[in-house]
Amino acid sequence: MSKATFDVPPKGGFSFDLCKRNDMLIKKGVQPPSFRKTGTTIVGLVFQDGVILGADTRATEGPIVCDKNCEKIHYMAPNIYCCGAGTAADTESVTDMISSQLKLHRYHTGRESRVVTALTLLKSHLFSYQGYVQAALVLGGVDVTGPHLHTIYPHGSTDTLPFATMGSGSLAAMSVFESKYREGLTREEGIDMVSEAICSGIFNDLGSGSNVDICVITKGNVEYLRNHKLPNPRTYISAKGYSFPKPIEVLLTKVTPLREKVEIIEKGDAMEE
Amino acid sequence: MTKHQANWSPYDFNGGTCVAIAGADYCVIAADTRMSTGYSILTRDYSKICKLADKCVMASSGFQADVRALQKLLEARHLTYQHQHNKQMTCPAMAQLLSNTLYYKRFFPYYSFNVLGGLDDKGKGCVFTYDAVGSYERVGYSSQGSGAKLIMPFLDNQLKSPSPLLLPAQDAVTPLTEAEAVDLVKTAFASATERDIYTGDKLEIVVLNAEGDRREYMNLRKD
Repeated sequence: MSKATFDVPPKGGFSFDLCKRNDMLIKKGVQPPSFRKTGTTIVGLVFQDGVILGADTRATEGPIVCDKNCEKIHYMAPNIYCCGAGTAADTESVTDMISSQLKLHRYHTGRESRVVTALTLLKSHLFSYQGYVQAALVLGGVDVTGPHLHTIYPHGSTDTLPFATMGSGSLAAMSVFESKYREGLTREEGIDMVSEAICSGIFNDLGSGSNVDICVITKGNVEYLRNHKLPNPRTYISAKGYSFPKPIEVLLTKVTPLREKVEIIEKGDAMEE
Repeated sequence: MTKHQANWSPYDFNGGTCVAIAGADYCVIAADTRMSTGYSILTRDYSKICKLADKCVMASSGFQADVRALQKLLEARHLTYQHQHNKQMTCPAMAQLLSNTLYYKRFFPYYSFNVLGGLDDKGKGCVFTYDAVGSYERVGYSSQGSGAKLIMPFLDNQLKSPSPLLLPAQDAVTPLTEAEAVDLVKTAFASATERDIYTGDKLEIVVLNAEGDRREYMNLRKD
């Protein structure tokens, strides 16, 4: 038996098999497909008892909204969550992969995960792919050393900050934080400021929209407030409603029985053994 | 030495959607009022609708600087027409003028996508739809701009028009009443705003009929 022409990559990682073919197609003028990007507003801040993360819920493909209520705050560990902006597939898979590594690490050590561990795993993954894994993240959590908030850029550089924003609405959201943030915010003040920052992204950035998701992480407790605010209800519904009555017109009906076309050999002796 | 590339463009795209529907004795012209560039909103309240004559209204999306230049030119041409003929231009006449004006700039076009709505000399609703270089057609209804690809199939389903190839020529106006047409336009825009990021903020509707013209506004999503 000859060796199989292709194998599963032996040590995991991405398959680059089609890169040469794709380069050739692009040179011949074929347009590469676009990916679902979450033109996004994601934010986070540190308040007196922990960390609050926030995100909008719009996912776009060019000028078209492809998901009006998607989730951008991803689970990393029971005490760590991560907001993602960039290519949706990259943010989801990178957080899932690192989340799995963190769980294995917890089994191995028998201790709660630390935010710096997640940060290091994420940044080393992103750095090794030189920005081609298009994930811009806001990572937040509370561990044994206290509350932590970080931003991670697609190339793998990181920041440690008391308040952070990312995505296409980051400037709109940062304007709220820069004018209002102070140390020692209460839980309510923190939630209000995060939702105001997200709303500022939703209304002033076309890549962001729909609803506000919030995640409050404190020592030993997480509150995931999915659709904390719904500031964009539908504006008009016709009183009479609409029907789409056009039936599919049947132009031709012809049934061709398969049996006439295929000759069935009952007892073939072509096969040996 | 590296080759320098001209990466400056004289054009921008400011988004927006326009719709016009012709009825037996009315015409509805509507457009949203958002003006944007890239991922930013420039203003939430900029009218895309321009009244060119008593019974002739143009709604335009595309590059608003070109749109404004086009509107001013048509207004000026209409003023000279009034001085020379002592009457208002009819809608079909304005339609031809618009086509000629667009084609005049065939090799440096006005980046504008227009629908012209109004009443013809018999008082019947008429809609003319254009491309950027002046190809035009009289139709029963039309949509132009960033949300047109979302609205047009809905209008096709609800207001299927007869083929323009049929003989004798069929009437292209829609069978709806004026109120039904306004309701249809509101639904179309509310739906387009859900999915098109360049459409939103406010809907401006102009209704032309025998009594004159009427303007209506409706709020749209602001995100």
